[in-house]
Amino acid sequence: MLFKRKIDLLLVLVIVLVAVFLFTGISSNWDYILPRRAVKMVAIIVTGAAIAFSTVIFQTITTNRILTPSILGLDSMYLLVQTGVVFWLGSGSIAMMNSHVNYLVSVGAMIVFSFLLFKWLFRRGENVYLLLLVGLILGTFFSSMSSFMQILIDPNEFLIVQDRMFASFNNVNTELLWVSIIIMGVAFLIYFPNHKYMDVISLGKDHAVNLGVPYEKIVQRLLVIVAILIAVATALVGPVTFLGLLVVNLAHEFIKTFRHNYLIVVSILFSVIALAGSQLIVERVFTFSTTISVLINFVGGIYFIYLLLKENKAW
Amino acid sequence: MVNVMNVWKHYGTKPVVDDVSISIPKGKITTFIGPNGAGKSTLLSMISRLITKDDGEVRIENQEIGHWKTEELSKKISILKQSNHIHLRLTVRELISFGRFPYSRGRLTEEDEDKIEQALEFVALQDMQDKYLDQLSGGQRQRAYIAMVIAQDTEYVLLDEPLNNLDMNHSVQVMKTLSRLVRELGKTVVLVVHDINFASCYSDYIVAMKEGRIVEEGSTEKMIEPEVLNSIYDMDIDIHTINNQKICVYFQ
Amino acid sequence: MIFMKTRYTLLALTLLSFLSLFVGVSELSVPDLFRLTPEQKEILVISRLPRLTSILIAGASISICGLIMQQLTRNKFVSPTTAGTFDSARLGVLISLLVFTSASPLVKIGVAFIFALLGTFLFMQILERIQFKDTIFIPLVGLMFGNIISSISTFFALKYDLVQNMSSWLHGDFSMIMEGRFEMLYLSIPLLALAFFYANQFTLAGMGEDFAKNLGLNYTQVVNIGLAIVAMITASVVLTVGMIPFLGLIVPNIVTYYYGDHLKKSLVQTAIFGAGFVLICDIIGRVIIFPYEISISLTMGVIGSGIFIYLLMRRRRSYAI
Repeated sequence: MLFKRKIDLLLVLVIVLVAVFLFTGISSNWDYILPRRAVKMVAIIVTGAAIAFSTVIFQTITTNRILTPSILGLDSMYLLVQTGVVFWLGSGSIAMMNSHVNYLVSVGAMIVFSFLLFKWLFRRGENVYLLLLVGLILGTFFSSMSSFMQILIDPNEFLIVQDRMFASFNNVNTELLWVSIIIMGVAFLIYFPNHKYMDVISLGKDHAVNLGVPYEKIVQRLLVIVAILIAVATALVGPVTFLGLLVVNLAHEFIKTFRHNYLIVVSILFSVIALAGSQLIVERVFTFSTTISVLINFVGGIYFIYLLLKENKAW
Repeated sequence: MVNVMNVWKHYGTKPVVDDVSISIPKGKITTFIGPNGAGKSTLLSMISRLITKDDGEVRIENQEIGHWKTEELSKKISILKQSNHIHLRLTVRELISFGRFPYSRGRLTEEDEDKIEQALEFVALQDMQDKYLDQLSGGQRQRAYIAMVIAQDTEYVLLDEPLNNLDMNHSVQVMKTLSRLVRELGKTVVLVVHDINFASCYSDYIVAMKEGRIVEEGSTEKMIEPEVLNSIYDMDIDIHTINNQKICVYFQ
Repeated sequence: MIFMKTRYTLLALTLLSFLSLFVGVSELSVPDLFRLTPEQKEILVISRLPRLTSILIAGASISICGLIMQQLTRNKFVSPTTAGTFDSARLGVLISLLVFTSASPLVKIGVAFIFALLGTFLFMQILERIQFKDTIFIPLVGLMFGNIISSISTFFALKYDLVQNMSSWLHGDFSMIMEGRFEMLYLSIPLLALAFFYANQFTLAGMGEDFAKNLGLNYTQVVNIGLAIVAMITASVVLTVGMIPFLGLIVPNIVTYYYGDHLKKSLVQTAIFGAGFVLICDIIGRVIIFPYEISISLTMGVIGSGIFIYLLMRRRRSYAI
């Protein structure tokens, strides 16, 4: 009962934020501004939900609260693709100019990369931390390649790359938004039959196997879902590395439960609140002088260090 | 019936379990003893499919564990590892409820609630059921984990060093609970124990392992003998019968 | 077992160094050495020799940093790259540029040093609080920690329009090394001497706090000295050369595999192998797309990540679980 009331509270907060975001600060031109804001809001809700949801799954698999799926190296892969395209083809190339092509290339690269990584490591029967470390090392490697190219390209071209380095909801393509929603919906449908295992998986591998969870199969499936969700969200708006970490931990602090029914909902609500709130701050306080992902990474990063320093048994 | 046939496990080039075959008698307490690194825990983990075996077969009710559906297997056999640390903050009751997962997939029925109640009662933790695990003493926590396995209601219950880190009093409580599991509920209990006197006083059947192989097996009566123990532990062990129990003296 | 004597490895390093002097766009061959034209002499003194010196110093000192960190944390996968040290130093450089607009090199190195030290201390604090001390988990935390520090750097860099600059001056690269721009690296030499002096203490500290205290060691002091050496070396390398990923991770791992964990035995070899490894990577980077160059950061990134993943896999195979 208590959980339900807390969820209601968050829901009210979300509605208020959405309303403030949509309806305040418009003097004229309602017909023009409102639909654009609505698209932005939908993008915020969709990516916020995808990131929060995938982080919950990811932390359950790793039985760890200080990890985030972005350490699979997907963010760095995305940046490498963006930098590489500008470096080899130039900022005027179709892959940069046409957002559909760019989206397709980015999602494709990220998904192919994560599938290869999973396949290779799962065939060897390695544990999940090794998978993460290898992902993270490849991420570092992608980053060195990107930064090498970033130095060589022309400063004007670099500005184009720099735009891609930070998530932004300001130019979300409506068609791509729909495509993303459909892909995420499919990912959720694949997830749903596995939902019943989540609480048990969070006990750790030995307990889960003992209780009859087909562990390897389920975990592989879940990781694929995580990769798809993160890839789509990143290609749609850009990388927001620490959002998931921030909101899932806030959710844990807020409702202190292991039950995924609640955990997932609360994390998603926090995620939407964080994104919508930061977007408001970026637009109305910073008047676009900083970007939403920088703001969230900054706040999320500091919160993360605080979490690490706080004595905690959860990891 | 659990039949282990020619099972192997290697880490690198080093065999940890080396061509082991054994049948575990039903409705009894079987204890694995042996020096450190003998492969006892590894064998238990392979029997319960927590780790894969490199070669050989483990048959439960005449079916290879690989052919069992893992969901079904979890209603047949359960294991409690020595490092069963759970990161989550759970109450005793919540932990025990997880034992019903193989039956209810997370949606507890009335029957599940009954089983949970019985398990709580069996380990005498009714008063503690809403306490968090980290508020319990070591012995209470171990009993809570055992209650989870009891709620899982499997025919075979495997425990890897359940007495680890427990004091004498708690150790005796745990062993008595296990013994009641066999006598009252008709379960088959298999465990790894380091204290040979606990093995002597509570088990029906003893299996001795050394360097990945089974060196001796047999009834407790037959196993707790100076020559047998000497071949396992490479030391002289005196055996005295006190109150009808064979007690091993090896401290000097 | 391959157990190379110090004199052989030193000889190999000398040969490699000699070779490296003759790789480059401007013509310079061995016979030329005896009849140098003024131009060739200039190239040698202004560019080739400084480059060689900085490679040797940076390679040796970063590898030793890694070795000390691994010893102190008792984890084979901790290094300046995987403990946030590099990223913290980078944040320091950025801050010094923002606060003291025309910072002298000495101010920059001072601020970078303080940040690197704070960052590494913070990481050590985190390590102490982590209960789940899986060998693989700790570098994971360290790399995440580094990512966070660098996202803080990005926050400021973006605000002051320094993003591209930041990636350029901190991308490890020896091609910009010239006379007058690398001398700060010499700071590492006394620090390395200090490291040798403390080698025994570091080895003891590596056996754990209780163990070290039992043997009468001032544990906290030794750890602090170790971390200060690491932070100072990292700061000076970041400022002159830039980041060299994986170096501090790989070299100590390979060396201790053959020479054991006693620092007295492994320190010299680590320095020699570290210098040699960077030298080889640098030569590869210089010849592979001649007359252009690939930066050390990238060659090291490719070769280093490959070797690191191999080391990880090998570890899994030999120890299992």
